Amino acid sequence: MNKDILIIGGGIAGMQASLDLGDMGLQVHLVEKLTCIGGKMAQLDKTFPTNDCAI
Amino acid sequence: MEKEEPRIGVFVCKCGNNIAGLLDVEALEEYSRTLPDVVFTQWNLYICSDAGLEEIKKGIKEQNLNRVVVASCTPRTHEPLFRSVCAEAGLNGYLFEMVNIRDQCSWVHAGYKEDAMVKARDLIRMGVAKAALLEPQEIITSNVAVRALVVGGGIAGLTAAISLADRGFPVILLEKEKELGGMLRSLYRLAPMDMDASEVIDKKIKEVQDNPNIDIYTGATIDKVKGFIGKFDVTFSANGTSKDVRLGVVIIATGAGNLVPEGMYQYDGHKVITQWELEEKLKAGKIDGNNVVMIQCVGARSAERKYCSRICCAIAIKNAILIKELNSEAKVCILYRDIMAYGVQNEDQLRKAKELGIRFVKYDPERPPVVNEDKVTVFHHLMGKEIDLPQDMVVLSTPLVASEEAEKVASLFRVSLDENKFFLEAHVKLRPIDCATDGIFICGSAHYPKDVRESILQALGAASRASIPLSQGEVKIEPIVTSLVNKDACRGCGLCVALCPYNALEIRDTDEGRKVNVITVACKGCGVCAATCYRHALSINSFTDDQMEAQIHSFLAA
Repeated sequence: MNKDILIIGGGIAGMQASLDLGDMGLQVHLVEKLTCIGGKMAQLDKTFPTNDCAI
Repeated sequence: MEKEEPRIGVFVCKCGNNIAGLLDVEALEEYSRTLPDVVFTQWNLYICSDAGLEEIKKGIKEQNLNRVVVASCTPRTHEPLFRSVCAEAGLNGYLFEMVNIRDQCSWVHAGYKEDAMVKARDLIRMGVAKAALLEPQEIITSNVAVRALVVGGGIAGLTAAISLADRGFPVILLEKEKELGGMLRSLYRLAPMDMDASEVIDKKIKEVQDNPNIDIYTGATIDKVKGFIGKFDVTFSANGTSKDVRLGVVIIATGAGNLVPEGMYQYDGHKVITQWELEEKLKAGKIDGNNVVMIQCVGARSAERKYCSRICCAIAIKNAILIKELNSEAKVCILYRDIMAYGVQNEDQLRKAKELGIRFVKYDPERPPVVNEDKVTVFHHLMGKEIDLPQDMVVLSTPLVASEEAEKVASLFRVSLDENKFFLEAHVKLRPIDCATDGIFICGSAHYPKDVRESILQALGAASRASIPLSQGEVKIEPIVTSLVNKDACRGCGLCVALCPYNALEIRDTDEGRKVNVITVACKGCGVCAATCYRHALSINSFTDDQMEAQIHSFLAA
């Protein structure tokens, strides 16, 4: 079986899934429709409720 | 290694408005240029952006920098990034020093620009002084025993065990009770999808029992835990025998307990009961009387227990609907403070409850309802007066509270609990399933109150996180650890061993006498041992006495 994985969407969920799978040693293809990954979270300043910097 | 002259580059970050909103970053950059060994400086709008990181690489390559200082935000989130960028440019990542002028200056001293500038200059000067003395470090790798321990056989623990076993990893599942299943064994139907609890849990139990990769021990207690990620040595007893096992990772799924509301709202377990006890009655299909009053937030969101148990609103709504379905004549009233009906299905159920004529009355915690023999009196804030609700049964919605075992389990595995004794994650957003101690993960209501769906989701997440070291067979560990730099000085007194919170030190008999031995993979670099050692035999990499002294001297030299 081919073990490469396709992840559709490069927001916080897609990126975390990619990172964990990558750390497991699998080849991940992360596809994002926009010109940069990061999704909604990259547009935020601070995130509720702990006020962490979203970036 | 031959000592080379330090060539330090200082990069100062504006972090958009986060730092530059208060501090004069360009002035800080200019100031940095005057510091010893600094050969290159630069300010940037966002150093963590691609463009900003490129500048660090360019600096290292073009300016021949052999030390990098970044004055920006917190190392908790950004140090790994900057280290890896240095490494990409061919500079050992541990020749990097971070100065936090955001959290420690612009944020906490907002409104005091001059004082914040003085502090920022101090911090940068200290960072540069330390950077000059930094030494390269190499990442440490350690083997991982390919076997997982799951503590707790409720819905979360069962789900995690199955998920790991299905990946081919051997699992040991420990349950303190005689039977698997946890809380779900005593529940009737589950909100919000209205399915039988026993259907869900029986299926999971069977799956676990049929899985050849899972060893189940019920009636089990953990006696001793030693070791660290990849090599946890756990001693437990079950059915009168004791067993020692070595495990690579641990998942804590010890669940939660129920608050018994003794002394509240005339609670007696008969006519005034909890939602938990109502489940039993619903299971038996026997509800006495037509008038039911439910009271939310009993013992929760109070001075004693500040948190919201999250799931009680959905449970009350679900049970109110079940009562109406059992007896359409029943009059059910839910006294609430705020309704938590988050998500799609919970909101659907709330709407359904209202359509069925279930009454919702808001109460003020300052004027809580009063339960009498045959009625509940509550102040109705819209009518501005007290109203009486006849009652044949009062149901109290009490929160899930931390398991009685939580403290014991936490101290065995050396992980932290929050103020309410629930297990604490390493970071709310960046590592929401990991404990701060590597190789230990949390899922289910041991973490905080969760419904079945959320417990299953988190259990799958924990199994997935735990699979990373198991599938790699080795772990990489930060080399910021303690080391015995002066073996002759060590007298093997054992003071450091007693104080180490991570079991990372031991005394060994050697040819040169009793000496401390550092179990490097278990060490977190907290520094307790080095600070304690009156012989200065131990030292923390990247936090050596020399480096600390240089920082202090440079602070005083202002």
